[in-house]
Amino acid sequence: MTPLLEVADLAVRFGPVRAVDGVSLRVDRGPFGLGLVGESGSGKSTIGRAVLHLVGTAGGQIRFEGADVATLRGRALKAYRRAAQVVFQDPDNSLDPRMRIAASVAEPLVAHRLLARRAAAGRAAELLAEVGLDPGFAARYPHQLSGGQRQRAAIARALSVQPRLLVLDEPTSALDVKAQARILALIAQLRAGRKLSYLLITHNLGIVSELCEQTAVLYLGRIVESGPTSALLGAPAHPYTQALRSAVPEVHVAARTTRIILPGEPPDAASPPPGCVFHPRCPLAIDRCRAEVPALRSPGPGSPGRLVACHRAEEMLAGLNPAAQR
Amino acid sequence: MIEAPSPLPPAAAVLPAGRALRRGLRANPLLLAGAATSALIVLAALLAPLLASFPADAGTATHPFLVLHAPSARHWFGTDNVGRDVYSRVLYGARVSPLIAVIVLVIACVIGIPLGVAAGYFGGWLDEAIMRVTDIFLAFPPLLLALALAAVLPTSLTSVVIAVSVTWWPWYTRLIRGQAASVAGRPYIESCRALGLSRLRIIARHVLPNSLTPLIVQVSLDVGGVILTVSALSFLGLGAQDPTPDWGLMVAEGQNYFTTAWWVVTFPGLAILVTAFAFTLLGDGLRDLLDPRRDFGR
Amino acid sequence: MSAMRLQITGLEVSFGQRKVVQLAELGLAEAEIVGLAGDSGSGKSMTTLAVLGLAHTVGATVRGSIRLGGTELTTLPARDWRNVRGRRIAAIFQSPAMAFSPVFRVGSVVHRALRLHGMTRAEAGDAAARAMRQVLLSPGLLHRYPSQLSGGQLQRVAIALALALRAEVLLADEPTSALDVTVQAEVLELLRELRDRDGMSVLFISHDLAVVAELCDRVAIMQDGRIVEQGPTSQVVTAPASPYTAELLAAVPRLRAGGAP
Repeated sequence: MTPLLEVADLAVRFGPVRAVDGVSLRVDRGPFGLGLVGESGSGKSTIGRAVLHLVGTAGGQIRFEGADVATLRGRALKAYRRAAQVVFQDPDNSLDPRMRIAASVAEPLVAHRLLARRAAAGRAAELLAEVGLDPGFAARYPHQLSGGQRQRAAIARALSVQPRLLVLDEPTSALDVKAQARILALIAQLRAGRKLSYLLITHNLGIVSELCEQTAVLYLGRIVESGPTSALLGAPAHPYTQALRSAVPEVHVAARTTRIILPGEPPDAASPPPGCVFHPRCPLAIDRCRAEVPALRSPGPGSPGRLVACHRAEEMLAGLNPAAQR
Repeated sequence: MIEAPSPLPPAAAVLPAGRALRRGLRANPLLLAGAATSALIVLAALLAPLLASFPADAGTATHPFLVLHAPSARHWFGTDNVGRDVYSRVLYGARVSPLIAVIVLVIACVIGIPLGVAAGYFGGWLDEAIMRVTDIFLAFPPLLLALALAAVLPTSLTSVVIAVSVTWWPWYTRLIRGQAASVAGRPYIESCRALGLSRLRIIARHVLPNSLTPLIVQVSLDVGGVILTVSALSFLGLGAQDPTPDWGLMVAEGQNYFTTAWWVVTFPGLAILVTAFAFTLLGDGLRDLLDPRRDFGR
Repeated sequence: MSAMRLQITGLEVSFGQRKVVQLAELGLAEAEIVGLAGDSGSGKSMTTLAVLGLAHTVGATVRGSIRLGGTELTTLPARDWRNVRGRRIAAIFQSPAMAFSPVFRVGSVVHRALRLHGMTRAEAGDAAARAMRQVLLSPGLLHRYPSQLSGGQLQRVAIALALALRAEVLLADEPTSALDVTVQAEVLELLRELRDRDGMSVLFISHDLAVVAELCDRVAIMQDGRIVEQGPTSQVVTAPASPYTAELLAAVPRLRAGGAP
């Protein structure tokens, strides 16, 4: 069965900077969640934008339901824009401050001529209810809502065109804990109710473990590890994944793993280090890592569906602990 | 679980437009003063034939025996150097100067805003092209440019309108371009693009309304500026000609008599001042009113 | 209970009639990290402003007692605040950009602050360099502009400044919320070192209960301006007495994949 979204060898460049370098992903038909995890500069948001055709690509292919997105024009492109939607991170700027909430939510329906104005207003009320906002919010302006409420209104707006793929770019980063929990619950609910597929872009591993079947970890525009989320988090095959995992603060002592502190900063994307781009900060780096770029490959027959780009992946899976190397 | 909206502080509740407007006016006495004065000026212009004591004086009538009479019960603002009633001329002038200013500003906006929005939203070579052209115009001192243009065109008020409009639009282009560029980068614009909304719709309904605020204030401040520029051109003989009751022209004609007959210059001058001030206050208040974030009536 | 370095008693911060903070009691001892956790709107940030004597700048009035050592801060005259703010109480915020103007090099801001508090040029240079090394940054980074440093680096420079001034108390208002998770880990580690090595008292304000639970020795949970629960972290986290605390704990996303490798 054709996957919903297939990304093959995607490359995106901004001048000399390789924001995305040879990334391949797959999102199946809903309900399905793919987590894209990485920190600033990892290229995760750029991938989201490329998928949505909001930024130009320098190589690779993006196929949605089999069709190459780059070749879409006119009506087909408009249809794609309805099928794949986005919710951004910044709740302060995700809605037009001069438009009332109901108008914002109904706008895509009216603009695409899917519904007449009055019918669109009714549909907007339904959508607001679906995301958990009382109809009383409809007449308000964005600045009269809290960050979490604005985020939900933005989700309602994205849902208005009945998308099959939702790109969620750090949907909870700017929110406090309780609002975060509500948004995550909402995403889970929409996933079940609408059989939605989504690309969840975040730097927080805790979120993907709740919502994504598959996860890919990014570092400096490259995938360093990917696979089923539970396997990835349970037994990371890449030292960076392990470092990320150990960095997530846990409430309960028992859940905490030895923290791996990565020295230094991510390298300059315009001039990445030779060999494995992670090697300057990697607790497990050996000579081979400085010379040879690790290929993204399967770490062995015992780990189906997993891919990792590390020379020492097998050792990681066998129990080598980067934390013990410091 | 549906979340009910938490009660907003009462002032922020959504009011029907009329009530919100009245609340806004009450909360802002300066705006009220500006709006009222501007309305009065418009009224004076419309009702000039009724309000003027000597309507003919606004035209070609001259009264050799009433030359340079001081303000009196008959001539409230006195008479000018050919015996015309200054009060009537000032009233009729309200039809000329502000109207010219409005026309000039409308033309400047019609040219400047679309260019600025296009430059800001599209960026790239279009932005470069538009801004370099704008820069050429902006390189000239405005009055000199208007002067040069008015000098080559046949002497008339129309020429002045053209000259000043051409001088004025680049400022608005530059102003709006910055705003538009900033708005264009915001997530809600990206989400509009992701939703497949047409470029026209995005620009007209999202970028433009969110970029206009600084322009509104600027335009209202410019009413006074345009009147002065047009006056300067008339002063130099390039614009309105006698007997048109243009305020600037009246100041120009009366300056020779300033030491002996102060009223000839003072009253038209005051008219310019009051008009400019009124529109400035109006613009300031409009900006506040148009911002949905403002809470009135607190 | 040994004398607290910072003792807040009966603090009330109000906007006109509306009370946004009603803090009965909160103390900060030497070499201790106390967490102040709660949702947005719980009054955490207003408390920070009150302790820094800046509540009036947003139009709020302060009543009650905030004692720093022997000094009562709520009645401190404006000119005496210069010796307290920055010098005895330092603060770092969510956006380090707030502390550093984009037109000045980071080093000049640090130097100016140190000079303002009485150091000579030579002393300031030494103190700054030393502090930078303590936060694991090369002193050469002081020559850069804020835009040339990452969020994590800027935050560490802000902490370095607090160190150089030998502040007794550090108020950290959501200092890691805008940072990547590995950078956050570094900053938290740094705060622990400040406590252990330099004996600094840190008041850590955050909505992220997981971070608070990891970092803080004691924690106070705020809701609607009041402290609903307070105590040693392990106790509050494992056996919350207040339902609000339980709600906050339940809202933290868990890494469900099992155990340590």
